[in-house]
Amino acid sequence: MTFTPGRGRAVAFVLAAAAAVLFPLVATGPAAQNTAILMLMTAQLGVAWNLLGGYAGQVSLGHAAFFGCGAYVSSSLLLRFGLSPWLGMAAGALAAAGLSMVVGWPCFRLRGHYFAMATIAVGEIVQGVVTNWDAVGGAVGLYLPVAEAGWRGLVWNTTKLPYYYVALGLLALTLAVSAAVVRSHVGYYLRAIKDEPDAARSLGVSLTRYKLVAIALSSALTAAGGTLYAQKELYIDPGSVLPTSLSIKVALVAILGGVSTLSGPVIGAVVLTAIEEGSRRAFGGTGRGTDLVIYGLLIVGVAVFRPSGILGILEHRRRAPAGGAPAAPAAPTAGGQGS
Amino acid sequence: MNLEILLQTLLSGVLIGLVYALVAVGLTLIFGVMDIVNFAHGEFLMLGMYASFWGWALFHLDPIVSLPLTAILLFAFGAAVYRLVIRRIIAAPMLSQIFTTFGLMILLRGAAQYLWKPDFRSVDATVVAGRVTFLGLQFGLPQVVAAAGAVLTTGAVWWFMRSTRTGAALEATAADKEAAALMGIDAQRMFAIAWGIGAACAGVAGALLATYFPVFPEVGANFILIAFVLVALGGFGSVAGALWAGILVGIVEVLGGFLVGPAYKLVLVLSLYLLVVWLRPHGLMGRA
Repeated sequence: MTFTPGRGRAVAFVLAAAAAVLFPLVATGPAAQNTAILMLMTAQLGVAWNLLGGYAGQVSLGHAAFFGCGAYVSSSLLLRFGLSPWLGMAAGALAAAGLSMVVGWPCFRLRGHYFAMATIAVGEIVQGVVTNWDAVGGAVGLYLPVAEAGWRGLVWNTTKLPYYYVALGLLALTLAVSAAVVRSHVGYYLRAIKDEPDAARSLGVSLTRYKLVAIALSSALTAAGGTLYAQKELYIDPGSVLPTSLSIKVALVAILGGVSTLSGPVIGAVVLTAIEEGSRRAFGGTGRGTDLVIYGLLIVGVAVFRPSGILGILEHRRRAPAGGAPAAPAAPTAGGQGS
Repeated sequence: MNLEILLQTLLSGVLIGLVYALVAVGLTLIFGVMDIVNFAHGEFLMLGMYASFWGWALFHLDPIVSLPLTAILLFAFGAAVYRLVIRRIIAAPMLSQIFTTFGLMILLRGAAQYLWKPDFRSVDATVVAGRVTFLGLQFGLPQVVAAAGAVLTTGAVWWFMRSTRTGAALEATAADKEAAALMGIDAQRMFAIAWGIGAACAGVAGALLATYFPVFPEVGANFILIAFVLVALGGFGSVAGALWAGILVGIVEVLGGFLVGPAYKLVLVLSLYLLVVWLRPHGLMGRA
């Protein structure tokens, strides 16, 4: 796949953007709008995760720590000093970037599974500490005040529609940052680090420096998503913004859609959220875990039968309509790529 | 803190640590042979606990009595999971493998909730109920029996890997798949056996735990994180490493819970883990 968007791709992008902007005017029901907001928020997290986990190849399963950092920093500043959530969002992003440096510096010594496991540990440690930290609400969590609705306070009560556009804007920003990074020299170094770490190092590329750039951007954007979540729900606790299941879901979204692509995590988020919300609505009320069974089956099914993700399926269709070996997403030609 | 309390705390830590180690041995065996981290391993433990529970509830079989059956059942289940699912993703990227076993985890948890409801259930009045006195210290008999059973099972796995032809073939497959295949070792069969033994270890741990720990669909979550820590701490693929790491983590957990506060147990264990892998990126006894 090349990074010069073809005409078809540009048209698809414009159509998708227009559809996203116009969607709430068509779907006016609160349930549909809420699902759409969830999709955008999940997509934004997946795109942010992809900067580190996809392009740089450092599989983080602890991103909830950064998400929670954003949610907790902005909420605490709002509760204590009445700071505007917009400034809180910036503060949370900075704090998360700082936290990511502290985490990244030692963890980047580790490779593969060891790195992934270490990030799970970091996420669990942050959750454990916050759960026992009374100054930020401990296990009970934090309630945000029901303030005057409006853009100034980033809070709305009677309608959820503005949250949709905030989430869309945040997703657009995250995509723009990702696109800029991918096209810059940093992007080339990241891909070199991912594919040939030893070769990159021998050519004088500082592995740790560029991995730190990737984790700082990724964590700051993830934290911004955390602030948005806090402002939308007006309640956060360790179980909702810091669990490892959230970290894994963010990674799943990117893997499901296709890693190391701009649109992959967005597609993955739309599909995963639709499956999750759909099965929850259809079967969740029974309390018997039917929705979990279906969700789990679909995840295993996609992973087993199409390991390159949904984008891989689409690429495969376009290249080899008659069937045959599925193409790996990053391969320039389909020939010889095994199943 | 006097000596008696210290000794009591240390030994309690060792007792639970040995059970942790058995769970981790199954995980590390699967990883060692085929480089796949099984996120659904806690669910194998959960299934072992349910097998023990239903054997007791339906057929009045004590978990200790039905333990061999549980082991066989979980061996078959692990091998079946390999044949049906894992076999297809051996060559897939690490991300897809994580994705698959994570999906299995959700699926098995959901299935347990669907079939057996989310209730907490426990086995009452097992043959190992009661307390024992050792060096003037009191311990729960179920905990002591579970630790002893865990040591025996871990020892059996260690002996199996060292002293049998199949064990040697597993080791050979772990060391070099292609070379092992050239020696006539059927890698597919070895992988299925590794999943079988791995699941059986978790199943035995489940049966032992069922004598004093409640059974519920998400019970695996309590143990899988610790098992991950042990595997990385001991070194991916190292049975002996998992055992020593289990004892160390058990002691840190109980002693730390006593000194700092029970709420910080997990934080302490995970911090210890990060410190060790930072100093020794391949764990205490891992292969580079």
